[in-house]
Amino acid sequence: MNLLSDPRWSDAVSHLPDYLGNHVRVSVTALALGLLISLPLAIAARNRPLLRGALLGLASVVQTVPGLALLALFYPLLLALASLSLAWFGFDFSAFGFLPSVLALALYSMLPVLRNTITGLRGVDPALIEAAQGVGMTPRQSLFTVELPLALPVMMAGIRTAAVWVIGTATLSTPIGQTSLGNYIFAGLQTQNWVFVLFGCAAAALLALVVDQLLALIETGIRLRSRLRVALGALGIVALLAATLVPALARPPSSYIVGAKTFAEQYVLAALIAERLQAANLSAASREGLGSNVIFDALVSGDIDVYVDYSGTLWANQFHHSDIRPREVLLSELKTILAQQKVTLLGELGFENAYALVMPRKRAEQLGIRTISDLVPYAGTMSMAADYEFFSRPEWAGIQKAYGLKFRTQRQMQPDFMYAAVASGEVDVIAGYTSDGLIAKYDLVVLNDDRHAIPPYDAIVLLAPKRADDQALRSALQPLLGRIDIATMRAANLRAAGGNAAASPNEVARWLWNRIAKQP
Amino acid sequence: MSAPPVIAFAHVGKSFDGGRVKAVDDVSLEVHAGEFLTIVGGSGSGKTTLLRLANRLIDADQGRISIEGEDVRAVDPVQLRRRIGYVFQNGGLFPHMSVAGNIGITPKLLGTPAAEIAARVDELLDLVRLDRAQHRDRLPQELSGGQRQRVGVARALAAKPRIVLMDEPFGALDPLTRDALSQDYRALHDRLGLTTIMITHDMAEALLLADRIAVMHAGKLLAQGTAAELSGSGDAYVGQLLRTPRRQAERLNALLPANPSRDGKDGAA
Ligand SMILES: Nc1ncnc2c1ncn2[C@@H]1O[C@H](COP(=O)(O)OP(=O)(O)O)[C@@H](O)[C@H]1O
Ligand SMILES: [Mg+2]
Repeated sequence: MNLLSDPRWSDAVSHLPDYLGNHVRVSVTALALGLLISLPLAIAARNRPLLRGALLGLASVVQTVPGLALLALFYPLLLALASLSLAWFGFDFSAFGFLPSVLALALYSMLPVLRNTITGLRGVDPALIEAAQGVGMTPRQSLFTVELPLALPVMMAGIRTAAVWVIGTATLSTPIGQTSLGNYIFAGLQTQNWVFVLFGCAAAALLALVVDQLLALIETGIRLRSRLRVALGALGIVALLAATLVPALARPPSSYIVGAKTFAEQYVLAALIAERLQAANLSAASREGLGSNVIFDALVSGDIDVYVDYSGTLWANQFHHSDIRPREVLLSELKTILAQQKVTLLGELGFENAYALVMPRKRAEQLGIRTISDLVPYAGTMSMAADYEFFSRPEWAGIQKAYGLKFRTQRQMQPDFMYAAVASGEVDVIAGYTSDGLIAKYDLVVLNDDRHAIPPYDAIVLLAPKRADDQALRSALQPLLGRIDIATMRAANLRAAGGNAAASPNEVARWLWNRIAKQP
Repeated sequence: MSAPPVIAFAHVGKSFDGGRVKAVDDVSLEVHAGEFLTIVGGSGSGKTTLLRLANRLIDADQGRISIEGEDVRAVDPVQLRRRIGYVFQNGGLFPHMSVAGNIGITPKLLGTPAAEIAARVDELLDLVRLDRAQHRDRLPQELSGGQRQRVGVARALAAKPRIVLMDEPFGALDPLTRDALSQDYRALHDRLGLTTIMITHDMAEALLLADRIAVMHAGKLLAQGTAAELSGSGDAYVGQLLRTPRRQAERLNALLPANPSRDGKDGAA
């Protein structure tokens, strides 16, 4: 197929106003905040060696924290602050999306601004500072009319670096609920939509380049004392900001926000729910790519209205239970716990997406392995791979304890590559997901959990506290409950992993609804 | 009988680096209205420090300094500096400001209206003999050394000070330009009725330009007086300082036939 006639391009373009607009808003706000904090600090520290050392040291340490971790850390921090502020001052704010992203990115922008401002100011010829004093300037006048203008070229270089960093790192704000160009990248990686990944990367790079060039224009304008250049550069940035604000203001706000975690099944289910709501004339939008640590809190605080989670995940991760209950018991207990947080467990979709140990069918048959117990004698010579969180999840601890399982090596992998890796023999066993379509595609088998160490993972629909009595929402989602069996979900997931035009979450959701609707 | 001095140092001392360097050591010196005083002395003898003490770029450790009868410690240093012109060794012009911006800076700080500043800038460009239209909007780096020092002088005079302090203002210029500029400045000094202290390391310049000369050495004031008074000083260092220009003058007199034409124009500037 012609590369450019691929409908995924137009799909990508259709998201651009939303993603780019949010990206620009969060980046520019973060940069402005970063400057607002860094510039006075740098000015105050320029002649104070201790403060200077402390500031630069701190900013460097911040820089060494990976962007994703920094962003993720701000979420629980703000969540705690929000509950403190609610308890003390009686007002609450959203710890989700914009605020944590802006704060983390602002912090991230500080090092180059601090460093270059201090270097620039300290590089000003002391004779000129004395001349400023000599002609009768106050220290303040000297700073603003002599020192800062002379340091400006060096400062601008720092600001440009910060701008490029912030725009690049802002792509990582997607998992904490801030829509950004990262939505393309996260969604693309999860659904093997390389068009999206490419589009997101190119858009972010282009945006960084444009902003950098506009700042460069301002910089040369200042250096050459050309008001025109400064004005053009500033105008460009204002225009960029305005262009991204207009569509956001023009668009009516969606009344329902559907959340999705960072994997393909979640994108498909969110698209399915959004489509059902729209079919019921309820306006809906989705917030995709949310970290699994963020999404439940976002539901509780009402930042999203509805999403699909898995009973075992909530049981073990959210509520920290290490004991394993039979399916029905676990579901009913979960319902009670959720009700305490005013979250409604609307019902099950009908399939389970459990963690499971998975290996190639041929190999399993050769070795006579059907259950995890059968695997134990071979594990010492085998290698195992799982996603980034599995080995630190309570389920893994439970499996190890129940079976005494110990592998020769353990590796962490991007889930999409895991199945191919086990099929090709690169690793021997993986911790896969039972609803994954690739299990059938690569002719893999799911090993039976004969000691019941893995909790049940029924896919369940959760509603935010403020939607508890929303009959319109309930009846729009009712037709989905109990209607998606494991085979259907696997087939849907396989389509979503197809890497082609029919693989977009919306397309798969449409296919899925057709299947559901045709069922008796 | 005589009016009080415009600038008076009384037993002034200043040390640096926790007292290890005595930059100015018990100096007493008076400069009267309309007087032109030069300070000479070797490098590191404390000349610049003495000048900076006068407009409170630094504060004295000992003694008392008064300007127009007021103890400098009793006045706001910023206000004090705005009424004293100061010419820096290498011009000290702000590289990001035009010639007009540099010259008009002190009036601007004093809140003078822009139109008045513009008129004053043109007046000063005339005064230091720079072409208005040609120089007003240039940047300092687009000027020759001599032109830069003329701008430095114009800047010092912009707020109509009665006192001007100059720290080796023409030291880095070629002899012809230096001579022309110092002659020009002396004429301005007389015309505007200024009181000037000028530091120079050139004894001949000091003798030819000044009403009185002060000689500094290792932070101390060794001698002060007119050229004639200095030549009567018994101090060995002062005698040595005077010997060089005197010998040069004698040798030049012997070498050169009498030539009455002496052009004061600043050819190189
Ligand atoms: N800010 C300062 N800190 C330390 N020492 C200084 C400072 N200013 C001047 N000095 C010292 O004081 C002495 C006199 O310096 P200065 O007044 O600049 O001499 P001059 O102008 O006659 O060459 C020198 O030894 C110089 O090193
Ligand atoms: Mg000096």
